[in-house]
Amino acid sequence: MVASTTSFASRKRTGVFWMLVRHNRVGLLAGVVLLAFTMLAICAPLVAPSDPTEMAPALRLQSPAETGLMGADVFGRDIWSRILHGARVSLGVGVVSVLIAATVGTVLGLVAGFAGRWQEYVTMRVMDVLFSFPSILLAILIVSIWGAGFRSIVLAIALVQTPIFARIVRGSTLSLKNVEFVQASIAAGSSTSRVLFRHILPNVAGPILVQLALSMSGAVILEAALSYLGLGAVPPTPSLGSMLSENRNAMEQAPWTVLYPGLTLGLLVLCINMFGDALRDYLDPRLRTAMGA
Amino acid sequence: MIGFLARRLLTVFLPTLLGISILVFAAMRLIPGSFVDVMIGVGPDVSEEQRSAIAASYGLDQPLPIQYLRWLGNVLTGDLGNSLRTGQPVAQAILDRLPVTLELAGLATLLSLLLAIPAGIIAAVNRGAPLDVVIRVVALVGLSIPNFLIATLLILFTSTQWPVLPTTGFVSIEQGLWSNLKSLILPTIALGTLLAASIMRMTRSSLLDELGKDYLMVARAKGLAPRTVVLGHAVRNALVPVITVVGIQSGYLLGGTVIVEQIFALPGIGRLALDAVSQRDYPVVQGTTLFIAAAFVLMNLITDIVYGVVDPRIQARD
Repeated sequence: MVASTTSFASRKRTGVFWMLVRHNRVGLLAGVVLLAFTMLAICAPLVAPSDPTEMAPALRLQSPAETGLMGADVFGRDIWSRILHGARVSLGVGVVSVLIAATVGTVLGLVAGFAGRWQEYVTMRVMDVLFSFPSILLAILIVSIWGAGFRSIVLAIALVQTPIFARIVRGSTLSLKNVEFVQASIAAGSSTSRVLFRHILPNVAGPILVQLALSMSGAVILEAALSYLGLGAVPPTPSLGSMLSENRNAMEQAPWTVLYPGLTLGLLVLCINMFGDALRDYLDPRLRTAMGA
Repeated sequence: MIGFLARRLLTVFLPTLLGISILVFAAMRLIPGSFVDVMIGVGPDVSEEQRSAIAASYGLDQPLPIQYLRWLGNVLTGDLGNSLRTGQPVAQAILDRLPVTLELAGLATLLSLLLAIPAGIIAAVNRGAPLDVVIRVVALVGLSIPNFLIATLLILFTSTQWPVLPTTGFVSIEQGLWSNLKSLILPTIALGTLLAASIMRMTRSSLLDELGKDYLMVARAKGLAPRTVVLGHAVRNALVPVITVVGIQSGYLLGGTVIVEQIFALPGIGRLALDAVSQRDYPVVQGTTLFIAAAFVLMNLITDIVYGVVDPRIQARD
């Protein structure tokens, strides 16, 4: 862990982009598609041809051939516009919840790993408890308290992901604590927060970065799943997950109503996963030799 | 072994269970509205005096820690309260639904193991070959497609192209084993894909690690057939980390069943929990979440034990 993280710092200047260009074209492609997704999602209100929530009974279940683009859903709403806004919801919920989880988890992991003793025991047991709820279940518990909606699912996703970051950071902190440069800094009288944030944190950045990508794909899937179950996005707000369930009864006669949102979701998650894999390969020197770098 | 087990129980298993019970207990107290109304299902026509009488009879006038201990005592004796809708004891409702969920999760695990371990071995042995690439791509796609999407696609395909399999509903085993299995084929695939993909990836990478080790060079050098070297020596050791993946992921299967049971209209625990949320049947929400989380922790404990038995070094290190 230590070896990989120090080499991350020294290789930073080469840049992830050039690494991808040189060694991992598939990862690069995934990154580009992901960037395109993000841009489209951010610009959804400008790019979408129609209002994603506007119902048009006359257009109900019109096929892509009739309407152009991706057709219309059970309420006559434009599927392409709903996908754009749905991706916005997915990525937005994902980014917010993962950032919350990463921040909280990192701080807890740093403190637990560095302080040791009872602080470590208590923190990690609490993390164990959160970790032992399957994510859907934690969401069910939260939704039953606060009702369906984004506040509940962001909290649910963040709670599920926090222990993962805490565990990773704690592990790295434990091994870094006894490395010479950290010991030297402590001996020189640095404050605990300086040691944690100036010396240890930069060296844990690699694993955190990889986990950010992995968590992001988990968060997008979970948001879609919860919205599919009706616990997340509240109608008529579009979400890639809820589009699958609201058109469920019409899908045999109008397969495009579920195929396009479904494929979008699959592609989005696939790209995040491939990008995450590429990032991990880059940051883990054991795997780098295998890639011929 | 006994010492290892005892340490595991005392430092991880029991504290985690305790934490889960506190979390579930606390969650129910955070529900907006009077606790008497939400948990006991008292209507608006009940007077304030009757309400406090009911509260007192349930011990709700006591301080929270006392209430928690009482509740915990009830839970430990198998009393999870009664459903607000049906009046049925929650523990009974869970036990009624349990076989469906267990069968589904068991079939999904079995299917994953049968497909993924051979696939992982084939991929590792043919590292870099087209076959390896194909298997890895399939696994990556399997990891990226959420189970409800797989389920939707399966239902779409079956109902329009191949209407042999039922797409919803459950046939109990008393009505014939074949019909029972037929009603679970699609849910099993939907639930098992993610597990299969992770098992395959773990098998492949763990076997690749193993294949580079010295003892295999010895095995080859003494003239063992390549098949014996891989299947007889390397795979045995490579499967040790796979146990962890199976153990942890089978906990997630319990979460996955919530969605899959909902989509295929199977009467399992997951659907019980989900229906309870939409009906605001809080005792059932409380009971099912507690049960599933406890089952998950138990799975982790079993995984630890199996791991310790298979690889005694773990016990020493712990």
